[in-house]
Amino acid sequence: MATQVTQSPLGTATEAELVSEIRVALPEHGLRHDVRAASIVWQRELIRFRGDRLRAITSLVQPFLFLFVIGTGLSTLANHGLPSDVNFKTFIYPGVLAMSVLFTAIFSAGSIVWDREFGFLREMLVAPVNRGSLVVGKCLGGATIATFQGFVFLALAGFAHVPYNAVLFLTLIGELLLLAFTLTAFGVMMAARIKTFQAFMALTQILVLPLFFLSGALYPLNGLPSWLSVLTRIDPLTYVVGPMREAVFSHLDLPDHVVEKLAPAVTWGSWPVPVGLSLGIVAAMGLTMMGVAIAEFSKTE
Amino acid sequence: MTMAGEDLGEASLRTNGGGGDAVISVSRLTKRYGEIEAVRGIDFEVKRGETFGFLGPNGAGKTTTIKILCTLAKATSGSATVAGLDTSTEPDKVRRMIGLVFQDTTLDLYLTAEQNLRFHAALYAVPPDAVEPRMRQVLDMVGLWDRKDGLVSTFSGGMQRRLEIARGLLHAPHVLFLDEPTVGLDPQTRSSIWAYINGLKKREDITIFLTTHYMDEAENCDRIAIIDHGQIVAIDTPAELKASVGKDRVQIHTADDPAAIAALAERFGIEAAIHDGAVTFSVASGEEFVPRLFSELNVPISSVSVSRPSLDDVFMSYTGSTIRDAEASSTDAMRQMAQRFRAGRR
Repeated sequence: MATQVTQSPLGTATEAELVSEIRVALPEHGLRHDVRAASIVWQRELIRFRGDRLRAITSLVQPFLFLFVIGTGLSTLANHGLPSDVNFKTFIYPGVLAMSVLFTAIFSAGSIVWDREFGFLREMLVAPVNRGSLVVGKCLGGATIATFQGFVFLALAGFAHVPYNAVLFLTLIGELLLLAFTLTAFGVMMAARIKTFQAFMALTQILVLPLFFLSGALYPLNGLPSWLSVLTRIDPLTYVVGPMREAVFSHLDLPDHVVEKLAPAVTWGSWPVPVGLSLGIVAAMGLTMMGVAIAEFSKTE
Repeated sequence: MTMAGEDLGEASLRTNGGGGDAVISVSRLTKRYGEIEAVRGIDFEVKRGETFGFLGPNGAGKTTTIKILCTLAKATSGSATVAGLDTSTEPDKVRRMIGLVFQDTTLDLYLTAEQNLRFHAALYAVPPDAVEPRMRQVLDMVGLWDRKDGLVSTFSGGMQRRLEIARGLLHAPHVLFLDEPTVGLDPQTRSSIWAYINGLKKREDITIFLTTHYMDEAENCDRIAIIDHGQIVAIDTPAELKASVGKDRVQIHTADDPAAIAALAERFGIEAAIHDGAVTFSVASGEEFVPRLFSELNVPISSVSVSRPSLDDVFMSYTGSTIRDAEASSTDAMRQMAQRFRAGRR
């Protein structure tokens, strides 16, 4: 026995002892195992994001175009409707910030479809682990990397004349995180059903721009024709863009009536939806969609 | 053919059943995919420490059986237990007991070897203290320890397969399932994979269940079940199976194959058929038969080969075709089935 111990590469235990140690210890189950599983799925998301600079850059192209090209191009026209001390870029900044996490969040969920095609999903689904923890890890992972993506845009706040204020930034980061989580949950829910990456991409293309355009990212939500007003209230993005714009405008040095005109609370009829409820709605949607995703992934053939 | 198959399945069940230390035990298992019956009532047992092979052409029901044993698919009827646990009622416990290596890679190519293993360790709840030493152990076993920091996408096919085997062993499973472990690899890599598999049997207390359609690989198994059209037609050790054929195989190339077949039937009462492009038949003593063949056949013969019974012959005597013929004649039904497998994959 003694010689075996010294020959073993481990130094402390023989190979046979290690095998039986693992076998005996395996029945660890319950919450700790679930958290560990969710956390490794989350970590994998971060590792892969770090290794994929191209994705990080490409998903910033659209928001860049909106803020600097559309924002600048339209500002000559749009500034006529704005008070002289408010720039159009400042107005659309919160919406474009939301957009910067939109693509990353949904695409990170789309990697499930990719994993399915390349087999790795199987490795996860055959594991003796609560599949719910895998879905949770995935949603949180997507939310995290998408929020990182948003950091790039937060850094550019100065170009849109948004002040670098700690409270404002923490508020925006929190709201981005919530938005990114809900979008990832939505993507994961879709990915449970969609079997090919092409189909997933196509669906994303169809959904992303309407979500963005209906969110009030580019125009204020008051005084719209009723059909458009209804559509904007259905768009979950509205309930994040609204509070984000409120946060930005409350940190600008502007008279109250200007803030009220440009960054009104989202209203249902004439009732202004409180920020807390707005964000609560987004969180509830995210959790519901994550629940659907968990149910979908828990089925067996 | 079907009748004979059923009889044999029953017979071998009686001789091999009843071992108290069965790690896998399958009884009257069936699986239907809509109209198609992929597995039609199979019974077998695998003993602890055994290397047990499922041999059959593509579409014979091998993968379906493995999927049921691994709890990835539900049986239509019948039962299957792994390590004493029912696969349909205790799937989570079964999954803790088994390691899996699939036909297609299930590695994350954009992670390093070590990251893939750590991911696996977390999902299988390997005790955190044991992860490091065990990882070293399994990577040493497949000769990849020095490549642990390499991205898997930079690995060759053989290295990826070895890494998958290492990963399948990481959580010290009781049974390792290998579904076509060497498919798509070149012969040299295949034999090196087998060297690793045979080596790990010496170091780990493990039972191996594998599927293959390569005859030479089946030779590595302690016992083989020959499966065809969803049924087990024979189960035994490779040596016993070969002995049961009891005849040499003769293959001849002639100027006129149909005439040769007719002549064989007429003059010798031998039933011959064309397999792998040659007129093929079995006789008790090949060497003594060949001289008679030349003098009496009256059809020009260009070449003759006589071979001792191989697993090919075993397969042929139980199923009526060679494994290659069986694969070449893959019917629409089989293709449909393959599509269903793919669609059903999650």
